Amino acid sequence: MISFQLTDEQAMIRDSLKAFGAEVLAPAARSIDEAGDMPGSVIQAGWDFGLLAASVPEAYGGGGADRSCMTNAVALEALGGGCASQGAAIMAPGQFVGALLDFGTEEQKAEHLPQFAGETPVACSLAIQESQFGFVAENQRTTAVRKGNGWILNGDKRLVPLGEQASHFLVLARDPEGSGLGAVSAFIVPRDTEGLTVAAEAGTQGLKPLPKARLTLSDVALPGSARLGGDAGIDAQRLVSQARVGAAALVLGLARQATDFAIPYARERVAFGEAIGKKQSIAFMLADMHIECETMRWMVWKAASLLEHNDPGAAKAAALAQDYVRRRAVKIADDALQIFGGHGFIRDLPLEMWLRNARSLTVLDGPVSV
Amino acid sequence: MADFRLSEVDQKILDTVIAVGNSTERHTRYYEDHEDEIPPARLEGERGFEEVLPMFGERKPDDTPMMTFMMALSIARGSARGVTRGLGLGMPTGRAAGLGNAALQSAGTADQKAKWGSLFLAMSITEPGVGSDTKAIQTTARLDGDEWVLNGDKIFVTDGVRSDGAIVWATIDKSAGRAGIKSFLVLKGAPGFELVRKEKKMGIRSSDTAAYAFRDCRIPRDSLLGGDETVPKGGGSASYRGVMKTFNMTRPAVASGGVSKARGALDFAIEELAKEGVSVDWSKSPGQRSAVEQKLVELEADTEAAALTVLHASWLSDMRQPNNLESSICKAKGGEVCRTIPQGAMEVLGGMSISHDHVVEKFLRDGRISDIYEGTGQIQRLIIAREILGYSSEELT
Repeated sequence: MISFQLTDEQAMIRDSLKAFGAEVLAPAARSIDEAGDMPGSVIQAGWDFGLLAASVPEAYGGGGADRSCMTNAVALEALGGGCASQGAAIMAPGQFVGALLDFGTEEQKAEHLPQFAGETPVACSLAIQESQFGFVAENQRTTAVRKGNGWILNGDKRLVPLGEQASHFLVLARDPEGSGLGAVSAFIVPRDTEGLTVAAEAGTQGLKPLPKARLTLSDVALPGSARLGGDAGIDAQRLVSQARVGAAALVLGLARQATDFAIPYARERVAFGEAIGKKQSIAFMLADMHIECETMRWMVWKAASLLEHNDPGAAKAAALAQDYVRRRAVKIADDALQIFGGHGFIRDLPLEMWLRNARSLTVLDGPVSV
Repeated sequence: MADFRLSEVDQKILDTVIAVGNSTERHTRYYEDHEDEIPPARLEGERGFEEVLPMFGERKPDDTPMMTFMMALSIARGSARGVTRGLGLGMPTGRAAGLGNAALQSAGTADQKAKWGSLFLAMSITEPGVGSDTKAIQTTARLDGDEWVLNGDKIFVTDGVRSDGAIVWATIDKSAGRAGIKSFLVLKGAPGFELVRKEKKMGIRSSDTAAYAFRDCRIPRDSLLGGDETVPKGGGSASYRGVMKTFNMTRPAVASGGVSKARGALDFAIEELAKEGVSVDWSKSPGQRSAVEQKLVELEADTEAAALTVLHASWLSDMRQPNNLESSICKAKGGEVCRTIPQGAMEVLGGMSISHDHVVEKFLRDGRISDIYEGTGQIQRLIIAREILGYSSEELT
């Protein structure tokens, strides 16, 4: 049944996170971006909403709410409408939790999930990206080879969210004998594992204050139990699709924020004797920005909803949402900057930051998931 | 809970509508792409909508709400390679299916509805020099005794040849702008009313399009729709607003027509290219796609996005929520994809796509009108911009 109706709970989460985004995240966004450092207070404030704890089953001390990709999409859009970098830092551990819930064995869940039900933020993240240009998730160069009952991992993971602070990583690696996403597994790697080196990344164009690290895995030996899902492994297609739609949901919030910021400016700014919003060249840009913000949302919702139900059409819907949002969101951020002219280029205003963040979020798989 | 899955029965209905439409594919070039050929009641091999109708009985209360489903049905129907006849799609069925009938129903008095309700009525607004800016129309009506006298020229009258008459917009006071505009029912045969010609068009050729001339055309005084002969101060008349309301209701349906032609062209391209070994592997990352595969992904994403805006606007009306802004959004998107998708489908198919041996070029010609009639894409953007910027129609022109 086709429906665009959010549940009462989803609507409540959206409203409270939107308010949090507008009142707490947005005002601090510029100074945090300039400092290039994510305050622990932001992570704590986001954690206090209890989104992750709610999704942890009651058996592990959590709220026992349904694992919902739709709820995550709604939450990500709302946070992205405050500040994409802070939103990403708050939601990044959700990639780890979501994957555990979807694919983890009972033992893996019992070991890792209870900590996410607590009041102290836990930093765990998903390592997908690698060093090579033209990186594609199905052609991981990081390899996992069977050795006895365990695994040996080798490779290089980049731009791993929360990397320096993380206690555990979920590392994607490929069976060198196989090909495609079917050959990709995920491994739970504790930060102090021998052979694993974690180093802070030098810096990035967008999502600047989101902590990111480079993981070097050289002959990292893991027990058999480290492979997510045990013998069954994971549905890597689903995992990667969730990350792509997660990024799309976050940047959708950013696009809405940029549009809503440009509208009042177009009413105030006068050129040639009238507000620039009264000129069709600007008014039509804003109309298109509004149209595409709405349209992107339905693409994200459809993909998130199908992923949630593990529908056979989910991979396609996710690819379509990713393609649609990556083309539209960057243009919206870019057009918003253009409407402000030279002021958009000055770092006093958030426009240039939004463009950097939009470009970054539309080339990464992640750093958040639905 | 938000959901985008169709129930089994809904999916079956959509699939069957496409199959029924495809059954007339080999006749479509002759009848549906031709101005003057009237098809027989049933073509050889034609399957009818009566095949689909009983399936509606299998629908359950928790299936997709009706207006939303009708838009999904409209998209499926228009994407077929022939026509499905006998499918009303939320508009009155049978002969009384003209746009003028919708105007009569929304703006006419009870007497007028009773008197003219069974006629087939076209809608006549556009003039040689006036399109989207309807308040600037030049055709005049003046009261002379117990008759209105109309003078002016009208073009682009949909169904204007086959209809029994038309609802004609004319001003009774040019100085009053839109407040002076009234709509009149003019029947064929009225003295001074001439059907000038039938237009030859790029597409939608089986839908006739007329040009009218009114030269001292005399019609009875009670022909004024709604009966209000006064010119209100400041703002449009009730009948003007009534007709504009008609447009609010029909925009998602018109948008669905544009999306349907996009869908049809894209489905054709997907099917034919697959025979040549080119298809999108949805498990592949964007960086792994060929240029043609990437183009197919973009065409599919754009079509899907436009379809979702149509479903959203109609879902809001199912939920009895306001959808004026969303209707303009979906009309803008439907208008966009009716152009870009058939053009893009032909691009990936290459040279043979122009041939009349295949239906794909017809989707471009039939779809193209969707970004023009019932408000161009530019008019939709104007409406949306006014709404989000908080400007009146006088402040943002």
